Amino acid sequence: MLRLLQLELQKLLLNRASKVLIFISFILPFFVIILSSLRINFFGFFVLELGHYGLFNFPIVWHITTFFASQFKFFFAIVVVSMIGNEYSNKTIKQNLIDGLSKKEFILSKFYTIIFFSAVATILIFIICLCIGLYYSSISEPHLIFRELEFLFAYFLKLVGFFSLCLFLGMLVKRSAFALAFLFVLFILEWIIYGILAWKIDESTADKIQNFFPLKSMYKLIDQPFQRIAISKAPNGQDFMYDFAVHWYEIAIVMGWTAIFIFLSYRLLKNRDL
Amino acid sequence: MESILTINNLTKKFGYLTAVKDLSFTINKGNVYGILGPNGSGKSTTLGIVLNVVNKTEGNFHWFDGNTTTHDALKRVGAIIERPNFYPYMTAEQNLRLVCRIKDVDQSKIAEKLDIVGLLDRKDHKFKTYSLGMKQRLAIASALLNDPEILILDEPTNGLDPQGIHQIRQIIKDIANNGTTILLASHLLDEVEKVCTHVVVLRKGEKLYSGRVDEMISSHGFFELKAEQHDALINVLETSTSFGNIKIEDQLITAFLNEPMDAKTFNQLMFDKGIILSHLVKRKESLEEQFLQLTDKN
Repeated sequence: MLRLLQLELQKLLLNRASKVLIFISFILPFFVIILSSLRINFFGFFVLELGHYGLFNFPIVWHITTFFASQFKFFFAIVVVSMIGNEYSNKTIKQNLIDGLSKKEFILSKFYTIIFFSAVATILIFIICLCIGLYYSSISEPHLIFRELEFLFAYFLKLVGFFSLCLFLGMLVKRSAFALAFLFVLFILEWIIYGILAWKIDESTADKIQNFFPLKSMYKLIDQPFQRIAISKAPNGQDFMYDFAVHWYEIAIVMGWTAIFIFLSYRLLKNRDL
Repeated sequence: MESILTINNLTKKFGYLTAVKDLSFTINKGNVYGILGPNGSGKSTTLGIVLNVVNKTEGNFHWFDGNTTTHDALKRVGAIIERPNFYPYMTAEQNLRLVCRIKDVDQSKIAEKLDIVGLLDRKDHKFKTYSLGMKQRLAIASALLNDPEILILDEPTNGLDPQGIHQIRQIIKDIANNGTTILLASHLLDEVEKVCTHVVVLRKGEKLYSGRVDEMISSHGFFELKAEQHDALINVLETSTSFGNIKIEDQLITAFLNEPMDAKTFNQLMFDKGIILSHLVKRKESLEEQFLQLTDKN
């Protein structure tokens, strides 16, 4: 496993373009979060300090930061798609197999890399959340701090699932740009199917079915935190209560998709003549 | 003899096209094999199948004693197909380090192998800055990293300039002299003739011949002759049972032997008959002539 991971990391980290993209996708969100947690003085007109609004209190900080950080996943998605596209355009996939890598190992080396980077991103965000949270929050009991840590796990799964989808699309069309276009097509397709379902049946059934779609199910893992913030601020906030928790079935659906995408990628490669 | 690769009734179909048809042959240790055939005869497809990049339709093959999986067996094989494929943004050394990781071999061999192909002083240059000849040499270095039991080369001199071709051939000869088994696919016959001891001849995916190069067609060779007494010579040749076919081009007579006979005996024979030869060469058919005979016949 270590050998396969080393193999893929060497391919990625010696490539300047992917190095920059990896940097952007993992480091940038943390800078954004750190910056937003600082006091920003707008030329003396007003002082913006998000911490004052209780956004960085435990446990909501886990929810908010994972939600925003996951928006940056698109940069690493480009890396995932191009790491397949490059193998095809350089024909190095063929050479790798001839040199004695099995097709299974080839897919696994990509998958391990996805897991590795998702884990690194999750650990980084854990550390930063903890620091910001401890700074702004008056809570110091560990069991209160680590409440709702499931958002972190959901964040990890969301990244793994999304990148596995990118891996599959990359394997499917072999070209980076087309794979990203496919991703966009899939996004639109999900909404079109949702629209048709909502029109033909009814909205609540359509909602339920839509939660099984790959992109939507990944999005659903971490629900938007805006409403939750509003609830905590509004006097009669409980009226707007919604279900923002991470549920086991949401986790199961995303894990299912991840397994399907990785398996399909392997099947594609196995049946293909290079 | 220890077998390295055994292919049994291998067939590959691309849709309606049958690229390889019911092909069987065995590669034994220590020989230099050539796979001959015109373009599109299924050479690369056959190699692709045994190298795990093309899926077979029917038949089977196994490496070594048949107890290893194909991808594990490939770690003991060195192969270059068509064109060198490396990561353009990595240097030669980095590329080879990656191959070492794939093949599970120690990285200490990198410098040694780069030296063999004469690229040691360019090891820190990026692959994309290399000329085609250098790329091909790097591919050979990469294939040698694991000290392979068999080296597979598919059109190794394709697209190279005469100097590059000469360099690659010299490297191949050196490797063959070290006792490494080599399988060389090519449509360049003189290339195969110069280095190979055994050949497999393919046409349209079918095997026409497999065996030693010098036994490809049953022939005792031929004489090329010239003499002042032109008509007398022809007369003698035509009445002799030792000769079959006789070709006459201007003054040059080509007489094909039906039975073994060396040049000395023939010269003596002619002298006894009062015919004095001004030109006498005994030759065997070149691989090209043999190949054309073989492919025409079928």
